[in-house]
Amino acid sequence: MDEMIRKKLQAIACRVRMGVLTGTFHAKSGHPGGSLSIAELVTYLYFARMHVDPKQPDMPDRDRLVLSKGHCAPALYAALAERGFFPPSELEHLRQIGAMLQGHPCIQTPGVDMSSGSLGQGISAACGMALAGKLNHAPYHVYAILGDGEVEEGQVWEAAMFAAHYQLDNLTAIVDINGLQIDGRITEVCSPEPIDEKFRAFGWHVICVDDAHDFDKLDAAFKEAETITGKPVAILQRSIKGKGVSFMEDQVSWHGSAPNAEQYAQAMDELNAALAALEV
Amino acid sequence: MAEVTKKATRESYGEALTALAEQYPELVVLDADLAAATKTGIFKKAYPERFFDCGIAEENMMGVAAGLAASGMIPFASSFAMFAAGRAYEIVRNSIGYPHLNVKIGATHAGISVGEDGATHQCNEDIALMRTIPGMTVIVPCDDVEAKAAVEAAIRYNGPVYLRFGRLAVPVLNDPETYQFTWGKGVTLREGNDVTIAATGLMVCEAVEAAKTLAGEGISVRVLNIHTIKPLDEELICQAARETGKIVTVEEHSIIGGLGSAVAECVAEHCPVPVKKIGIRDEFGHSGPAVALLKEFGLCAENIVRTVRSIM
Repeated sequence: MDEMIRKKLQAIACRVRMGVLTGTFHAKSGHPGGSLSIAELVTYLYFARMHVDPKQPDMPDRDRLVLSKGHCAPALYAALAERGFFPPSELEHLRQIGAMLQGHPCIQTPGVDMSSGSLGQGISAACGMALAGKLNHAPYHVYAILGDGEVEEGQVWEAAMFAAHYQLDNLTAIVDINGLQIDGRITEVCSPEPIDEKFRAFGWHVICVDDAHDFDKLDAAFKEAETITGKPVAILQRSIKGKGVSFMEDQVSWHGSAPNAEQYAQAMDELNAALAALEV
Repeated sequence: MAEVTKKATRESYGEALTALAEQYPELVVLDADLAAATKTGIFKKAYPERFFDCGIAEENMMGVAAGLAASGMIPFASSFAMFAAGRAYEIVRNSIGYPHLNVKIGATHAGISVGEDGATHQCNEDIALMRTIPGMTVIVPCDDVEAKAAVEAAIRYNGPVYLRFGRLAVPVLNDPETYQFTWGKGVTLREGNDVTIAATGLMVCEAVEAAKTLAGEGISVRVLNIHTIKPLDEELICQAARETGKIVTVEEHSIIGGLGSAVAECVAEHCPVPVKKIGIRDEFGHSGPAVALLKEFGLCAENIVRTVRSIM
């Protein structure tokens, strides 16, 4: 990847992280941990891959994204705001009465392609969108982002079976493997591993990314994905929950709790420093 | 007496989908390994490229339907009521109801008349479940003619619809030449002033039979066919309450949460009159021939007659 592009994406990912913290801080609730772990992913998708137009959020041939792990909506919202779907100031009203930005994604929000958040459901909707694309010979691609805890839901594997059976090669599912779910480490709660072998057994092409915070590795994975025909692709990205905020990294307690004023200030200081370093 | 034609509304469902496919190119059909029973197999045979079997995976089927609808298609997702409304409830609520997507759920084998398969497959709770989802329309056609009209009305309406069909062949009551399905409007089948029987689905025919018997005893019975349980025709119900003073509801469904509850909620709020509910009384069914089960659970003209007499 070109150095300039990489730096630009890193800066956007940094601002997406700030949006996650701003949103959850003002809301006094929400899910910063898993939002921070997909900051590079949503940045890459909305700024380097997906065909979307903020001026026409319902454009028929747009690429679609379903955030199946809907609790990580702050990351999606921050990316959509950065991309221009709505003003970044909306993030300050996240989860509040009358707000555009609901606790979990809602299809009425500009840029949000599907209501989601009850785990395991988004990938099925993404299958339906991909199937419609096939039926209508539409050029769009469908992306679904799942959590590693989420794949414990049986519906995910019903969808995996369906997508492979109908050869939905216009569907890419990205599983964010940050290793933590609410009750602890995924391997200790009720392990869904090995996730790669499961998707392979269900007939998917599997691509493993060992560092989800490295844009070059993401780029290589998505470039490989677009060469695959006749089967859906699962990109399994190893990430760090809470990535980018020192005291949140790999801490299960930050799955579903918001920073207080002091923590918010510290987190923003860290992210501002990271951003400044990029812009040197 | 002339021979009455009988047909199961699931058969009407499969035929209607097939007949309407040319006219509505966005129409696609999903099933969960029950196409032979839900009769979507009729559609599959005629339009294989627009039929998608999801296997025995109803939750995913509802989600796929949501995604298809979000992309401009008009999907009919079909299974037995037990699985469409029961097993997949939360997916129907969150992936179809909440985003108010244009998905039509064709649920067959509803109620006790599933028969021999027994309690696990006799869904007497689906109307209650579906009725509580904001924005969900719930339609229970009474015969072949109404079922076919309801399928087309559902296609023309933009939003989620739950259509309830039966396994058992039932008499064709309506005339296909003159019948008109009006969204959200009940049908007055008989005028009467002493009492109203509000019925839905395969109980409509039994209600008409009961009214005839009661007329012979000098009881003037108004019969309403409430094919659309949500949105409920409150105007028609309240008018009947005011003019006849009492209402008996009849449904092949639990008396908790179905037509009887909807009617009772309506009159309690707007024009209180006594309401007597005939339906499954908070119990599970069991195996047996459909007609025998219907009689055993009081879902027959004889029991409607007895019930009406008891409140006169």
